[in-house]
Amino acid sequence: MFATAAFAILVALGLAVARALLGPTVFDRMLAVNSIGNFAILMLAVFGFLTGRPEFLDIGILYALLNVIGTIAVLKFFRFGDLAHSGGEEPSS
Amino acid sequence: MIEALINMVLLTLLAAIMIGVVRLRNLFAVVILSSAYSFIIATVLIVLDAVDVAMTEAAVGAGISTVLMLAVLFLTKTEEQKPKHSPALPLFVATVTGIALIYGTLDLPAFGVPDQPIHTHVGAYYLEKSVEETGIPNVVSSVLASYRGFDTLGETTVVFTAGIGVLLLLRRNRRRNGKNGETS
Repeated sequence: MFATAAFAILVALGLAVARALLGPTVFDRMLAVNSIGNFAILMLAVFGFLTGRPEFLDIGILYALLNVIGTIAVLKFFRFGDLAHSGGEEPSS
Repeated sequence: MIEALINMVLLTLLAAIMIGVVRLRNLFAVVILSSAYSFIIATVLIVLDAVDVAMTEAAVGAGISTVLMLAVLFLTKTEEQKPKHSPALPLFVATVTGIALIYGTLDLPAFGVPDQPIHTHVGAYYLEKSVEETGIPNVVSSVLASYRGFDTLGETTVVFTAGIGVLLLLRRNRRRNGKNGETS
């Protein structure tokens, strides 16, 4: 059962990579990479159960946090053009 | 068996992403794709049972590197210029280096051979005793956090100091920019 799940995740991962490579706009790519991060978490969990060691789940939490930080950093850069911007207001130019 | 299959699919995806990184001219997209690369190589490392390396790869490759690369993009342009010279010489150098590295791997012991020197030293002791001595289910984590605890503490101190240094440098730079406008 877990092997089937792993196979399904790999297929979805392939589709996400295709979108990241083809994506016409930056947002397509970013959404795809966000999905790839999510699939990495799923793969981690499924593979942990597949090999009988579900302790891997803890690392999945770390991956989720990294995913959020990466996405916010990219979006902030895209909005303000500067990672050190304090945010909260419209860009001046 | 299934691990090899998963790794094959993941490595194929990695190759596809690398071709995309090489061919794309928009550096913003390249940074995003390299973040995806880090997540997939972290999954490969997990399948290879190197969980600690995978965690480092995800934290450094997908987290910090992406943020730092974006900060660099803020200082430069986001479109890569066409190369002025022909790619023949770099391609030649890369090919020769690759052939030399592959030739070098021929002398290495095969993957997973149990009688390598690295497995006959203290590895067997760690594998036998680590759970009862430290209570950590992962042997690699027990070696890093318990048997070599002082080593890890020193490494952490070094990284922490480097982080403080980088923070101080970035702070000073930002304050000066705020006063003088666009001087770099």
